[in-house]
Amino acid sequence: MQRAFLLSSLGITLALGAYASSAQANTQITWWHAMGGALGDKVDQIAADFNASQDTYTVKPVFKGNYSETMTSAIAAYRADKGPDIVQIYEVGTATMMAAKGAIVPAYQLMASADVDFDPEGYLPAVTGYYTDPEGNMLSLPFNSSTPVTYYNRERLAQAGVEEIPRTWQELGDALEKIVDSGAASCGLTTTWPSWVMLENYSAINDVPFASQANGFEGADARLRFNRTAVVDQIERLTRWQDDGRFAYGGRFDDAAPKFYSGDCALMMASSASYANIKENADFDFGVAPLPYDADVVEQANNSIIGGASLWVLDGLDEARRQGVAEFFEYLSSPDIQADWHQYSGYLPITQAAADLTRKQGFYADHPGTDVAIKQITTGEPTENSKGLRLGNMVQIRDVINGELEEIFSGDVGVQEGLDEAVSRGNALLEKFESARQ
Amino acid sequence: MSAPFQRHRITPWILMAPQLGIVLVFFFWPALQAIEQAFYVEDAFGLSREFAGLVNFKAVLSDPTYYQAAGTTLIFSLAVAVGAMSIALLLAVMADRVIRGARVYRTLLVWPYAVAPAVAGVLWLFLFDPTLGLISGLLGNMGIEWDHKLNGAQALALVIMASIWKQMSYNFVFFLAALQSVPNSLLEAAAIDRAGPWRRFWTITFPLLSPTAFFLLVMNSVYAFFETFGTIDTVTSGGPGGATTTLVYKVYQDGFVGQDMGASAAQSVLLMALVGGLTWFQFRYVEKKVQY
Repeated sequence: MQRAFLLSSLGITLALGAYASSAQANTQITWWHAMGGALGDKVDQIAADFNASQDTYTVKPVFKGNYSETMTSAIAAYRADKGPDIVQIYEVGTATMMAAKGAIVPAYQLMASADVDFDPEGYLPAVTGYYTDPEGNMLSLPFNSSTPVTYYNRERLAQAGVEEIPRTWQELGDALEKIVDSGAASCGLTTTWPSWVMLENYSAINDVPFASQANGFEGADARLRFNRTAVVDQIERLTRWQDDGRFAYGGRFDDAAPKFYSGDCALMMASSASYANIKENADFDFGVAPLPYDADVVEQANNSIIGGASLWVLDGLDEARRQGVAEFFEYLSSPDIQADWHQYSGYLPITQAAADLTRKQGFYADHPGTDVAIKQITTGEPTENSKGLRLGNMVQIRDVINGELEEIFSGDVGVQEGLDEAVSRGNALLEKFESARQ
Repeated sequence: MSAPFQRHRITPWILMAPQLGIVLVFFFWPALQAIEQAFYVEDAFGLSREFAGLVNFKAVLSDPTYYQAAGTTLIFSLAVAVGAMSIALLLAVMADRVIRGARVYRTLLVWPYAVAPAVAGVLWLFLFDPTLGLISGLLGNMGIEWDHKLNGAQALALVIMASIWKQMSYNFVFFLAALQSVPNSLLEAAAIDRAGPWRRFWTITFPLLSPTAFFLLVMNSVYAFFETFGTIDTVTSGGPGGATTTLVYKVYQDGFVGQDMGASAAQSVLLMALVGGLTWFQFRYVEKKVQY
C-alpha cells in the first residue's frame, strides 16, 4: 500500500517535472529591476518584445522594489546561489559592484565572448563614463540614466512677471524673490534628491571637487571635499532662501514632487526622468530648463552628471544564458528601443544613434524641453570634477549628507558645522570601504 | 498524575518536534549566524571574509550615531509600550460596558491589527503628508506648521502614533478577555460595601488584570524594539537627520542598504543582548508585582 503510494507520487513528480521542462524549452533569463509604475510596464513590454522577436531566450523581468531593495535582494540571492542573471543597480552602487570581482561578469567581456555586434564607441561617453573601469572598459550596460533639470510652472512665473528663465543662481534668487513677493506662489523652489542635485551636481556644474582623487576615479583613497568649496555658500544661500520662502525642503528621494504638482512651489529641480510623471500630475503648463550655474564660481556651466542605474550581469551563467544576455543587451542598445525608451521615460539615450534617431523623428521639436537634459550632459568636455563620482559606500554617504542637510534646514546645526560633520562621517565610510578592499 | 506521562518519554518530543524545528530553523540558526558574522569583516558579496575579533563591536560602540539611535529607541519604545497599553486598556474597559452592539465595537477595534505595518505606515503618511495630508492641512489651519520631513520631534511623534495604532488592537483583545474573566461576584460585593466604580477598578479589576498587563508589557517592548521596522521605513525612513532611526532600523540601514554585514551583525547581537536583558529584568522584578 505504502509502496504504491510512493510510486504514484514519484510518477506525479516526474510528470510535473516533464511538464515544467517542456514549458521552458527555451533559455530563461531573469532580470531583476527597480522600475515601478509606468516605467515597470515599459520594462515588461521591452522584455515581451524581445521574447517575441526570437524564440531561443525568454527574458523574465521581476520588479524587486526600490533601488536599494533590488540591490540587497540581488546580493543576498547571489550569496545563496539563487541570483538573477541581470540586475539593475543604481549609480551609487557602482563602486560596490566594481569591487565585487568574481561575482560579476563585466559587460565588455560578456559582449566580446558572445556572438554579437558590440561597438563601445557608439555609446555616449558622458553616460557610459560612469560605468567604465580605468582602462575604459564598460563594466555594466547603462539602462536608465538621467540628470537633474529645472522644471518650472509657467503660470506662476507669468503671474510673477518673470519672463526669462534664470541661468545663474544669482538671477534665480531675484526671480524667486519676485515670485514669492508677488504672491504668485507660496514657495519659490524645491528640490528632489537633495544631495544629488544640490551637492553632487552643483559641484560638477561649477567645476569644484566633490571629493579628492578626481572624485574617486583615480583611487580608492578619495576623501570628501565639499565642506571647503563653494558648496558651503550654496547651502548657506538655500538656508537664507528657506527663511524668506524662496526655497522649501521637501524630503529625500522624490518626496518633494507633490510640492510642485500642487503649485505650492513654482520651480523644482528634479531628474529629467521625472518628465512623464510631472506631465501626468501637473494640471498646469510647465517648462524645462537647465540647472543654473553659480556666476560667483564659474564663467559658464560644466556638464552635469548622471544618476539612474545600469544593468550588471551576475556570475554563474552557463554558455547559453551568457549568449542570451548578450543578445538581449544588444537588443536593448539598438537605436529603435533606446529612442523609444528615451522618449517614453525621459531617461537619456545611451547611444548617439538613439539620440540622432529621436531628433530625426522630430520628438524634441514636438516636446520642447525634452532635449535639455541631453544638451546639459554633453556641454563641453567633462573635467575631472564633472566626470561623475566613484565613491565606495556612496549609498550610506548620501544618507549621511541628506541627514545633515535636514539638520541644517531645520536649524539644528549651522551650515559649516553640518557639512563638516557630513564630511567626517562620510570619510569614515570611505576609509572603511578602502580598508575592506585591501 | 505524572505517571502516565513518564511512560511516554518520546511522545512529547515528537509532538513538539514541528514547533521546535521551526524555532531552530527560523530563530536559533539565524541568531547563531548573526553572532558568527559579528566577528568577521566581509564584503557584500561574501567573496572575502576575514576574522576580525571585536573590531565590529568597537566600531559600533565608538559611533555617536549608535548612541543617538539608542536614545531614540528608548523614547520610542517607552512611548509605544505605555501608549499602546493605556489606550487599549481604556478602550477595553469602555467596550466591556457596552451591551448593545458589543460585537461590532469589538470587531472594529480589532481591525487595525490585521493591517500590515507598512500599510499602516502609508495610511498615516497620507494623513500627515506636509503638502497633501488631511490632518497636516487641519493643523496648518490651526496655526501648527506640520513638517515631519524636517522636524525631528514631529517625525518621531508620527511614527509613535502609527506604531501605537497598530499595536493597540492586540492589547485590546487581551485586556478585554481579561476583563471578562473578572468575577462579577467580587465587583458586586465591593459595590455593596459602597466602593465606587473608580475604587472598584483600581482595587479589584486592575490587580486581576496584572498577569495580562505583564504579558503585554513584555510583548509590547519586543514589538516596539523589533516589529516597528516596517512602519518607520514607510513613514520616515529613519529621518530627518536620524531622528527616527531606532536600533533595529540602524541594523537594517547598515546591513541592507549599506551592505556592511559585520557592523550590522554586531549591532543585532548587541540588540539581542539588550532585549534579552530587558525581558529578564521584567521577569525578575516586574513580575513580582504581578498577582496570579
